[in-house]
Order: sequence, then structure tokens, then C-alpha cells
Amino acid sequence: MASADGPVAVFVEQDGGKAAEVSLELLCKGRELADRLGVKLHAILLGSGISGLADELIAYGADDVHVADHPELRYYRTRPYARVVAEVIRRTSPQIVLYGATHVGRDLAPRIASELRTGLTADCTDLRVGDHTAPDGTVFKDLLYQIRPAFGGNIIATIVCPGHRPQMATVREGVMRLGEPDRARRGRVVPVDVALKQEDLLVEILRRERKEKTVNLKGARVIVAGGAGVGSAENFRLIFQLAEVLGGEVGASRSAVDRGFISKEHQVGQTGTTVRPKLYIACGISGAVQHRAGMQESAKIVAINTDPDAPIFSIAHYGIVGDLNEVIPMLIRAYKSK
Amino acid sequence: MGYDCIVLVKQVPDTKNITGQAMREDGTVNRAALPAIFNPEDLNALELALQIRDAHGGTVKVITMGPPSACEVLREALYRGADDVILLTDRRFAASDTLATSYALSCAVRKIGRFDIILCGRQAIDGDTAQVGPQTAEKLGVDQITYVERLLRLDGDIIEVERGIDGGVERLRCRLPVLLTVCGTANLPRPPSAKRLLAYRFHTCLPEIENRVSQELAAQGRSARREDVAPIAQARAAEVQRLGRLITVWDAEAVAADPALVGGNGSPTKVKNIESVVLAGSDLVLVEPTEEGCRKLIRELIHEHILG
Repeated sequence: MASADGPVAVFVEQDGGKAAEVSLELLCKGRELADRLGVKLHAILLGSGISGLADELIAYGADDVHVADHPELRYYRTRPYARVVAEVIRRTSPQIVLYGATHVGRDLAPRIASELRTGLTADCTDLRVGDHTAPDGTVFKDLLYQIRPAFGGNIIATIVCPGHRPQMATVREGVMRLGEPDRARRGRVVPVDVALKQEDLLVEILRRERKEKTVNLKGARVIVAGGAGVGSAENFRLIFQLAEVLGGEVGASRSAVDRGFISKEHQVGQTGTTVRPKLYIACGISGAVQHRAGMQESAKIVAINTDPDAPIFSIAHYGIVGDLNEVIPMLIRAYKSK
Repeated sequence: MGYDCIVLVKQVPDTKNITGQAMREDGTVNRAALPAIFNPEDLNALELALQIRDAHGGTVKVITMGPPSACEVLREALYRGADDVILLTDRRFAASDTLATSYALSCAVRKIGRFDIILCGRQAIDGDTAQVGPQTAEKLGVDQITYVERLLRLDGDIIEVERGIDGGVERLRCRLPVLLTVCGTANLPRPPSAKRLLAYRFHTCLPEIENRVSQELAAQGRSARREDVAPIAQARAAEVQRLGRLITVWDAEAVAADPALVGGNGSPTKVKNIESVVLAGSDLVLVEPTEEGCRKLIRELIHEHILG
């Protein structure tokens, strides 16, 4: 169905007429991939009363914006969205489709992948274009390399989807860099006919509650993060104290979150938030590849760990081999008396 | 009336205890080198199914797809309260990606036929993809509700649940049948019951018996070819069945799965390569864990305008 020279497409998520940041980041990445492949970048936008958003998507790099504007699409629901997006994909034959790895993207993308019988790679930390030689010697030109840490640690897998189109991937917020919008860019808005069936509308939203994010890791200049080595939820107050003194946010590794020391919104890493602060202080974090994937582009990394062989030290600029319970109070005193 | 629930579970390597040797050259996982566990969030899915049955009546069937050793999670499901368990196993299923897996599972569900609710864990800890649930729902043509946190109401063919959305929660109502993927925070899975453990610990399946027989023959220095193993294993399986302890095993034929759509053949995604992460490092400055060391570090960070 989809041709090898089809466009690159990004599913754009929006809430109340505001595009999700991850979707804008993916447009920037999508632009790069489309230029590399010499094809157009399409945005697929669904919602109700959202046509005004198209200009912004064009400013972030879209050539064509497919807009499905319909009252039944006001809030995300699996089947109406899957119906419309799959239809746009069938009609426009993209070679690549990217989705944010949000609750919406992770609900929608696999449904569509199954319907279109194509591949999908979750939580990619890098996307590139390159050739692939199959075990039988067949050479595939210009495939999407879908790169992700896999399997608990220390390995990075490159996944390809040689024989099926589109090649689809989800990417977490913050992984791709958000470029500057170019308001002078011109693009095309393509209205999408929305033809929903009764069976698409059986799920009813009774109530919806969203809270403003209380943790702003992405915007933080300084992040003090704790891992399993912090030991307990109570002991995390040391992390909070240091963050407060330095005017930073509190981050955490997945194992600290899994152990219930701190809530998920603080999680940094492949399945959490990707951050690039000026200073990242990793306390009691061993530094599994998934965690490193989410923070290794920090300008300066300080690692505090009792284990001198912890992998975190290999990406840190400053290492303190010691007990965080002793070292953190020292850092607080040192900063206060600067 | 009651509800017929099917729980899809996975035996996963305990990713918290992984070493580089766990990966084969071709990029697939050498599961034998790792401790295998019941995927944690699948326990939450099982628990929700058991709660539904306990409150409304009905049945809880558990299916797992995997090698014969995955029978272990089926026994665990029995210990915790499942009514019936099925092992979906076939060499041709090996190397399935999420699409091929969801196809095989959907074939097994179709073979069972009637169901009201399918439950899966939100995601498995080996891949963290969260894809097999939605893909299975699509293959079966039923609605899906992912990230389920709470069952609010179950009445006739109406179900209401609370699910996580980005930055919040929403309450959804839909008609059965439906597929739910359940979060780890949804409930606290019950432990295995001692009584059920005693009742079900000898439950086993033919492929497991075959493995055991072949090991026994080898240990005795005897030939363990297929034709040597088969008659002994079958005799034992007959005895296990007589005692009501034989776990149902389905292969690709049993569930009428098209061989072209399972395993590597049915998987659009391929692992191109696997790299061990080589850490750059080397420009690490070691700071003494002392008051003086910390003062020097803070001074340097301020000097470089990293800290204000």
C-alpha cells in the first residue's frame, strides 16, 4: 500500500487546541528525516475546533497538515481516532509515521499498527535513516533505524521494519529537540472527511480530570536526582533539600519510583522524562542505560555513589565516591557558605 | 450470570538481574540465562479478573504464550485462583514481535470463543512496549481500555472504569466485550493460597514432561532421542491426565494460526543489531567525599556559571 518514497508523517496530539510539546518535537525530527529522504512532512491533526493549529504545525516544519475537525474527536478515544488516522495513512501512504509515547500515542499506535499489519517500535531514543541488509542478502535502502535501549540495561537495539509500510515508532517527550518555529514557512491544509461508524462510538467519556504538571523537569536548570541508593521515601528529603538550596527540581531513577520512594512524575529516563539541564546531580543512581538515555546530554553531571564501579561515573564529569547521606549535607553547607 | 474473563500473561526475564551474557549474537534474548518471573503487571490483571469473578461469579481463564517452561506462571495463576490455564507454545512462535504475538493470542482467544472481558498487564518488563494488549483488541475487533486504575461499575453488559491519561484520569463507560490493560497501581495482587499450592503444584504439561524425561534419560547415560522420549512422556502424561493435572497445550494448528503470521515470518520488525553500550568517560574528575572536596566542587561549578 504505502510506497517507499511516501512522506514522513507525525500524528499530532492536542488538548484544548494546544499541541502537545512532544508532537512539535517530532515535527522537528520528522522535518530532518523528510529532508534526508527528499520527501514531504505531513502532520495528522485530530480534534474539534482545532483548524487554527495548522499554522503552528507548518511553522514547526509540516508541509501538509491533514485536519480532521469533528465534534466526536474533541477528546481522544481509541476507535474514532484509529479510524481516522488509519484512513489518512491509507490515503497518503507515508513511509514513516511517528507518535508521541504518551498515554494517547501508546494506546493509538499499536491499534493502528495491528490494523495496518505493520511494525511499531516503542520509546525510541534516536531515529536515523540508513540501509539494511537482511540475512538473505536483500538490501533495503533508506530504512528508518528505530533505536532504543532494550532489556533492562547495557544494550541499545536498532530495530528496522524492512518489508512493511509505514514504519512506525513512538518517542517520549523531550527526546527530540524542539527547534525554532519559522512563521514564514508556507504549507497546505488538507481537510479530512470524518466518516465514523456506530461501532467506533461505543466508549463514552463520563468524566475527565487533568492537573497542571507540578514537576517541571524539562525546564529545570538544575536537577538533583535520587535512585535506589537513597534507600527510602523518607530519605528522599535529602534530595529535596539539596534541590531547594540549589534552586532545582527533583528527579528520580525508575528503580526509586518502582520502590515507591517518589512519584512517577519525577522519573528521568527512557520511560520517564528526558532532560538536558545545566547541572544534573545523580545521587545513589547506578546509571542503567535507560536512565542515562534520559540525562546524558546534561551540560555537567555530578555523580554520588558508594560503588566506584557504578556505570553512572563513566558519563559523569565529577564523581564523588561516598555515602550520599554524608555528602549531600556537605554540598548544602558548601553552597550556603559560597 | 457472571463474567467470563480471559487473562493474558507473560513469563518474563527478571530484568533487574540482567547481564550482557543474556543476549545472543543475533540480538535475541537467551531467556535460559535469566531468572524467569510472572510479569508484575499481569498479576494486577489476574487480580482484577479474580475480583470480578469473586463479586459476580463467572470464570477466569489464563493464557500464556511461551516456551514449555512458561508453564510455571500458569501454575502460579492456579495457586492464586485461576479456574483454567492454557499454554500456547510452538517453535514456530519463537522470535515473534508484538504484532505476531497479538495474532497468536487472538487465535487462542477465538478458540476459547465466548468471553466478556480480556485483561492484560499494562506492559511487560522485558520490552516495556505496552503494545500487545491494544493489538490483540484490534485483532478481535473489541474495544480496548488501557491504563486501567479502577473498576467502578460492572452491571449487565456495561462496564465503567477509571484510567490514567496524560496528567490526570478519566472515567469511561463501554459495552462488553472489552479488553483492559491494567496498571500496577490498580490493586494489590493476592498471594498464592497454600491450599491451592498443594492442590496444583503437580499440574504440568506434555512439553514439560518431555523435557524432564529427556533430562532423566541423559542423566542415566541413555539415548534421549525424540523416539526414545515420546513413549515414556506420553505414558506419564496419561497418568497426569488421569489425576486431572494435565495443563492444556495449544500449538499453531490447535488455534488455527496461519504459520505465515507468527514467529519471525509474521513479525514486521527485525532487530538489526544490538550494541553493548561502550561508555566514554575518562574525563571524570574525582571529588573527595569531604567538606573541602565539596567546597572545591561548588566553587568550580559557580566559576563555570553552572551554578548561580
